[in-house]
Amino acid sequence: MIEFHLDSRSGVSPYMQVVQQVRHALRLGLLREGDQLPTVKDVVARLAINPNTVLKAYRELEHAGLVAARPGVGTFVTGSSLADPAISAHGPLRRELRGWIVKARHAGLDEESIEALFRDAVRSARIEGVA
Amino acid sequence: MSAALATSELGKRYRRKWALSGCTLEIPAGRVAGLVGPNGAGKTTLLHLAVGLIEPSAGSIAVLGEEVAGTPAQLARVGFVAQETTLYASLSVADHLRLGAALNPRWDTDLANVRVARLGLDRAQRAGTLSGGQRAQLALTLAIAKRPDVLVLDEPVASLDPLARREFLQGLMEFTAEHTVTVVLSSHVVADLERVCDYVILLAQGRVQLRGDVDELLSTHRRLSGPRRDAARLPASQEVIEESHTDRQSTLLVRTEEPVIDPSWSVEEVSLEDVVLAYMGRPEVEEGLAGINR
Repeated sequence: MIEFHLDSRSGVSPYMQVVQQVRHALRLGLLREGDQLPTVKDVVARLAINPNTVLKAYRELEHAGLVAARPGVGTFVTGSSLADPAISAHGPLRRELRGWIVKARHAGLDEESIEALFRDAVRSARIEGVA
Repeated sequence: MSAALATSELGKRYRRKWALSGCTLEIPAGRVAGLVGPNGAGKTTLLHLAVGLIEPSAGSIAVLGEEVAGTPAQLARVGFVAQETTLYASLSVADHLRLGAALNPRWDTDLANVRVARLGLDRAQRAGTLSGGQRAQLALTLAIAKRPDVLVLDEPVASLDPLARREFLQGLMEFTAEHTVTVVLSSHVVADLERVCDYVILLAQGRVQLRGDVDELLSTHRRLSGPRRDAARLPASQEVIEESHTDRQSTLLVRTEEPVIDPSWSVEEVSLEDVVLAYMGRPEVEEGLAGINR
């Protein structure tokens, strides 16, 4: 069972944080087919958040085909469709990125500049339709 | 879905001063609605009108489709936690539960007992000697064991420390997860409400300045920053709520239904607090506030 946590300074809405944490756990293999998600009541009682926030997040995950609700029982992971192709690519990509970060450091960039540059590149790639 | 609370041109005047005026709003059933605004905005007045503690000077208000406090049955469907959590200092915790059971036709004894046990309250202890957090939790227990269809809370966490605040909101959210209920709670601290509310109403100078579904408000507001630019030259689909400029840079908070694609802007999501503060800072609202303070 995974436990959700909220970062109130992230600027990401609580509902999206729950969705992202489930997707993240699926991607990393922390959640597998058949695993149960915490009940709405448990999440609400732990995080002191609105029940509709949790329901909305679970609904979105259901629409994406990642989980299924069994009425009266709970919400369960249906597939690990996120994990397979992505995770095998993680290793090489991470290594390349590490190499790039070393280069950026040699060029005199600090962590903040590196993050800003990375975010900016992701953004402009999106606008140009590359990624 | 029907409205749990609906007002039309609602107003309340104390002597010559209007504490609330021209207030028209609807809170859909089943929501947790946050009523926010600066001190003196009329929040308490609106909540007191909703539970029938005071009567309107103008307009109308209906709770659950009926006149407020019109019948005992209607009163039994509305729970209220007042700002100064009203308990009897010399009565024990157990006395309060007995009183609740005797006065409320829909009293849920199990719910009350389970909550008191879980909170670790000593049933023999007098309410006057409880901590602030415990008093708030007891007041919440009394209000929810009444099994209301509408639960109204006036600044419930304002006087609590951060831990007690969180525990109080956990209890409140757990109740809303298990029962069909509409909650209306006020706070002058938006951050307190950000996680618990799915609907928000901004009241300032006795009027509704903004209201709507929280997710919708968050998805339609963005902060744009970039090279200095005249706000009047933005696309018509972007309504500027707040703007600030330096000689080189402009920072805007805009309302827009469409994605912002202009590459010269850096686009950020905003928090509920950002949105509420931006609307509170609008010139017409600020002028009004200054007028009230004079």
